[in-house]
Order: sequence, then structure tokens, then C-alpha cells
Amino acid sequence: MITTFELSNGRKMELMITDNQLTDIREKVLNNLRLDAADAMKLYTSNDIIGIGHLADFIRRKRHGKKAFFVYNQHLNYTNVCINHCRFCAYSRSKGQSESFTLTIDDVRKKLSDRIEEPITEIHMVGGINPELPFNYYLDLLRTIKEIRPNVTIKAFTAVEIDHLSRISGLSLEDTIHTLKSAGLEMLPGGGAEVLSARIRDKLFPRKIGHERWLKVINKIHSAGLTSNATMLYGHIETLEERVKHFIRLRSLQDQTSGFTAFIPLAFHSQNTPMSDIPSTTAFDDLKNIAIARLMLDNFDHIKAYWVMIGEKLAQTALSFGADDLDGTILEEKITHMAGATSSKGLTRQKIRGMIQASGWEPVERDSFYNEIRTV
Amino acid sequence: MNIMTDIESIKEKVSDNQRLDADDAMVLFDQAELLQLADLAGQRRRDLHPEPVVTFVSDRNINYTNVCASGCKFCAFFRPPGHPEGYVIKNSDLDKKIEETIALGGTQILLQGGMHPDLDLNYYIHLLQHIKNKFKIHIHGFSPTEIAFLADLSSISIEQVLSTLIEAGLDSIPGGGAEILVDEIRNKISPNKCSAGKWLDVMKQAHLLGLKTTATMMFGHIEENKHIIEHFLKLRKLQDETGGFTAFIPWTFQPDNTKIDVRPSTAVEYLRVLAISRLVLDNIPNIQVSWVTQGAKIAQLGLAFGANDFGSTMIEENVVAAAGVNFRLPRSEIIRLIENAGYKSLQRDCFYNVIE
Repeated sequence: MITTFELSNGRKMELMITDNQLTDIREKVLNNLRLDAADAMKLYTSNDIIGIGHLADFIRRKRHGKKAFFVYNQHLNYTNVCINHCRFCAYSRSKGQSESFTLTIDDVRKKLSDRIEEPITEIHMVGGINPELPFNYYLDLLRTIKEIRPNVTIKAFTAVEIDHLSRISGLSLEDTIHTLKSAGLEMLPGGGAEVLSARIRDKLFPRKIGHERWLKVINKIHSAGLTSNATMLYGHIETLEERVKHFIRLRSLQDQTSGFTAFIPLAFHSQNTPMSDIPSTTAFDDLKNIAIARLMLDNFDHIKAYWVMIGEKLAQTALSFGADDLDGTILEEKITHMAGATSSKGLTRQKIRGMIQASGWEPVERDSFYNEIRTV
Repeated sequence: MNIMTDIESIKEKVSDNQRLDADDAMVLFDQAELLQLADLAGQRRRDLHPEPVVTFVSDRNINYTNVCASGCKFCAFFRPPGHPEGYVIKNSDLDKKIEETIALGGTQILLQGGMHPDLDLNYYIHLLQHIKNKFKIHIHGFSPTEIAFLADLSSISIEQVLSTLIEAGLDSIPGGGAEILVDEIRNKISPNKCSAGKWLDVMKQAHLLGLKTTATMMFGHIEENKHIIEHFLKLRKLQDETGGFTAFIPWTFQPDNTKIDVRPSTAVEYLRVLAISRLVLDNIPNIQVSWVTQGAKIAQLGLAFGANDFGSTMIEENVVAAAGVNFRLPRSEIIRLIENAGYKSLQRDCFYNVIE
């Protein structure tokens, strides 16, 4: 069996594996066959991190060659007041608690205006479930962003927020989404999925929507012509089987809608959460998760190495383990840093480009929809 | 010979357990993909260490002085002679540090300082004797730079300095101060430190006197890949003669608070150098990851790039911390990282004997 393929520069690369358990999987990957849950479990339980990396890298190069994407974006967290009290969260506060905040529309206006000179192409906006905010507040958020930055793409609100908005607006899911879309919403970032598992929901986020509702909301989003990302929060109490099930659930929906753009594994940070005894994920955990996502989610275009979560250094190496996107320049990242992330709070465009180039990939600045942006 | 046969021929050499030359190393730097380097370095690591084991040592860095006449541009730790923040450690502080080390299961101390112009050979003799009289602990101390400085200061030979220190209790020598063993580079970044030839000579004398030493390399400043390769080949040549190096430890230059303004080396560049070091330094048995400069994640990943040792628990570390990098890793965490990567973790002593 041929296990060598040609790189874009004409050199050869062998899909070398040292764990014989992975031989069948290599054959499937080379023959473009779909992996199943048992394959994913074999990959998770193998210590052949480099072999797994090769397989994911093969798929990644077929899709994207040497390109490594990033976006010039701005994060807006409009409130940290939240009624859900998820056990993994260090960000949320109760109403009236010290450090709780809710941005006024004027605050948002100011945050955007402060950086109006920068070539930002995407606003990433999520927040807590704050019951005091009326539906109109959300519409005003979107309209204000579009007013100040008409050309920016608004990627906002998780399925959890969309579900909440349909309840407070009294509208159907479809009409809620339609109304948000008319106000400027263009894409969903993919959070709130956590682990698509009833068991994990019961233990960690019982007040938040479960996997059926999450998938249904995303299905409606895709049906409305909006795209979304998908995430998975890993490294807490979930089992490997639950991670695999999560992939399969996402993959099935993607088969139906093709509305997912990128998958983003989110490494759990336990500091300042009720689960602070859980140690941080390791490099092997993070890279395996990225590589296995690349291999299992064969119908997703992009896999992100979110540097805020796994650190700049590991995100850079992840480009050789199946990831093709480093997310964004991001300023003012709050959610992960409140849980003890030690990565920078923002990276400059020059620094992201430098990281990509130093690792032998080709930096490509993109918009939210992965169109290349030509910069001078 | 075209490009493809180059990498292919290196693969064959590695498979046949043959030595790589400088051209091979350059091809690896210029052309190998990151995962290809891991494949090759992993293969060589498995040839040398067939058991899936990763070792570590429990120790403490004790810097007996930060006063240093060297004034290296990459250093954020030293204070020049006469500076108000300069110190020489007091015996009571030293004893306390060693007591804590032993209480935490430590088996050795890494004793290093600056090149302090007012401390003569007697200071070092007393320092070593003091420790050995009070404690049963391995002293891994004084880089070749300090030894060479001491020989000049005392106007005696390197061999005499070494014999004297060994008699007073020195057990082994750390491989610091190597930086890049090419004078063209040393003259620019550490002009007052001993030459590459002198560094190697101290190590040679030490090996001939029966001392084991490690070797290091600090890269990611003004050197080019050809200088890194020259560094490897000089170490390999000496190791062929003496067999005295136990381990090689590459680390990246940390530019904060120093006088060299460069883009810091990235994780991928570190992993590439780590892997190439495993491949070229075929006669040095152990390669250590540098979690102090790379952090826990990249250090763990280094185990897939040819490294077989996690270095030390470093109950205290000051030099890298002074350059703004302050990673901390308790023993339990080192064990967790090793085992999470699929290896058995074993505590070792300075000579790589496993401690039960």
C-alpha cells in the first residue's frame, strides 16, 4: 500500500505511523472514506501523536494546501450577567454582584469608535443570558454596529442566546432569526454547544438548552441562510465517547445543512470555576482533539486552533496537526482570561503573520466567510 | 543529487543508524516538514531508548551570586560588580535552600553564579566543603565559563581548578554558558565570556578527570542555522573522544529585559532544533526538553520530537525568570504530563540512574 503523497513543492511526505492500531484508519484516510466512532476511539486512545498528526495533516493539506487563515476581529462581550450559572464558567456574574456589567448602546458605540481606524472585518459578540435586557436591546446592538461599521461582518450570539431571544420576543425561532438577520446578524460563532450530551448537561449546565435544542436552533440558522461555527468545550468531566458522539452529531447536521464553517475545540480552563481542581489540558490532549476533529468532521471546511484557549505556542504547532485557522487578532478577550488563560489578550496582525510564517505555513488574512483579504 | 533524494537519503541513514553530516543537518533545517522531523527524531530516540520511559530529576537552582563581570547582552539576571542589587549568598540562606530541597525529595543542587571578580578559589572550596559537610546532596555546579574565569583569576590551569573543586566536593558540571559555540557569534553576544575553544577545553578536562557534564545551546538570537550545526558537530566530536556528556539541552533565547532586540523563537522553531539535535548528536544519550523556556505544553510535545528527559523540577529558578518568563511545574505535574503522553515517568539522579 502506498502511504506517501506529494506536497505542493514536489517533495514527498510519508504518512508514517508507529502505532499499528492505526493502519486501517490510515487506509481509510488515504481512500477518502468516512471514519466511524470506533475509529475515533482508536485515535483518542493511541499515543502516536505524530501519526495522528500526519493523518489530519494529509486532509488539511488536501483542503487548504499551505494556507493558514486568520481574521482581524474585535470581540464584544455585551454583558456578563447570566442566569445559567454553568459550572465551567468563570465569566458570569449574578445581577448586582460586584464585577457584573452590561454595556449600554453608547458603551458599544464607544468601543467600536475607539478602534474605528483599524481594519477590522468581523465583530464577534456574545454575552450572558441577562433577563433584564429586552429583545430591542439586541436589535439595537446589531444596528449600532452596522451604523458605525457598515462593512463589518457581525458574528454574534450562540444558539443559547438565540433560544432565549425567541422566548423574550414571543416570536417563533424562524421569525426571531429573520428579525435578527434584518438588523444585521450574519453569522453565529458556535458556542454554547459545550458537549452535546444529556449527561454533561445535567451535571454542568442544567439551566441551559440541551443538545437537541442546540442542534435545532443551529438547523434553523442554517435554513435561514446564515452560517455558523461549532465548538466543543473539552477537558473537564466528559468521556472520550462523549466527545466522539459530539463529532457525530455535528457531522450529521452538517450532512443535512452544510451550514457549518469551522469547528473550534475549546480547552477548559478551570481557574475561578467550581471545578478548579481539574488540571489544564496537555499538549497531547489539545493536539489530538484538533487532529481527530479534522479527521472526523470530514464535511467541515475549517478547523480552528483557538490560541486564546491553548496558547500561542501550541496553536502554532497545531497548524501541522490538522488546524488551518488561528482565529483572530482579538482584543479584549474576557471569557477565557477570567478562567486563568495565560495567553496574550490580543495579538497584532504582524505577530500572527510572523507565527504562521515561522512555522512554514502561508498566512492568509480572511473575512468571516474565508474570502482572502488583500492587505498592503 | 536532487532535493527529494536528500531527505530520502537522510531517512535511510536514520533507518540504518548511520551518522548524519553537516549537509544532512542543513537539509533537515531547510526542507524537512515539522512532522517529518518528529518521525526521524522519534526513530532515533527509540533506537537509543527502546523503553517508553521519560526521566526527570528533582533539584533546585541556587545562584550563589548575581554579580558578574561578563555583561552578556542576552542576560537579565546579572548585576555588574559594585551594583547595589548585587549579592553573594549567605551560608544560612544556602543551608535553608538545601534543607528545603532535600525535604521536597530533591537529590541535587545546580550551583551557578556570575563571574564575580572578588571571589577567589578559596571561596569556592569553602562553599563546596560547607555543603558536603552538612548535606548528602549531589552538587552539579559551575559552568565552564565560571571554571575558565576562576583559572584566569587564580592564574592556575583549568585542570588544577577542576581537581581542586572535585576534591572539595564538586560532583558534575552543568553545560551552561555554551550559548552558540562559534566565536563569531560569542564575540557579539557575550564578548567577555570564554571562547568556544575554551568552553570545550574545560569540558574535555572535566571529562578526563572523570566528571560527567551536560551540554546546552541557547539559540534564537543572532545565529544562523549553520552556526547551530557547527555547535552540534563540535559537541559530537568531543563526545567521541571523551563520552563525558550525559545530556544535551537546547533552549531559546528570551529577549525581555536584555539588550538583544529580536523576534523570540517560536514553538515550531524550538521543536525543529530539538529534533535535529537528537538526530545529529547521536552519541549523547539524553535530550532534555526545556519547560522553563517553552512552558508545559511544548515541553510535553518535545517528547514526540526526540527528547527523553523532562529536565528538573527546579524548585527555584532565577535566570530565565529575570527575562520575564516564569513557568512553574511541580513534580506531580511533570509526572502527569509524561504519563499523559504515554510514557512511564521515572525520577533519576544526575547520572541518569533511576531512583527507586
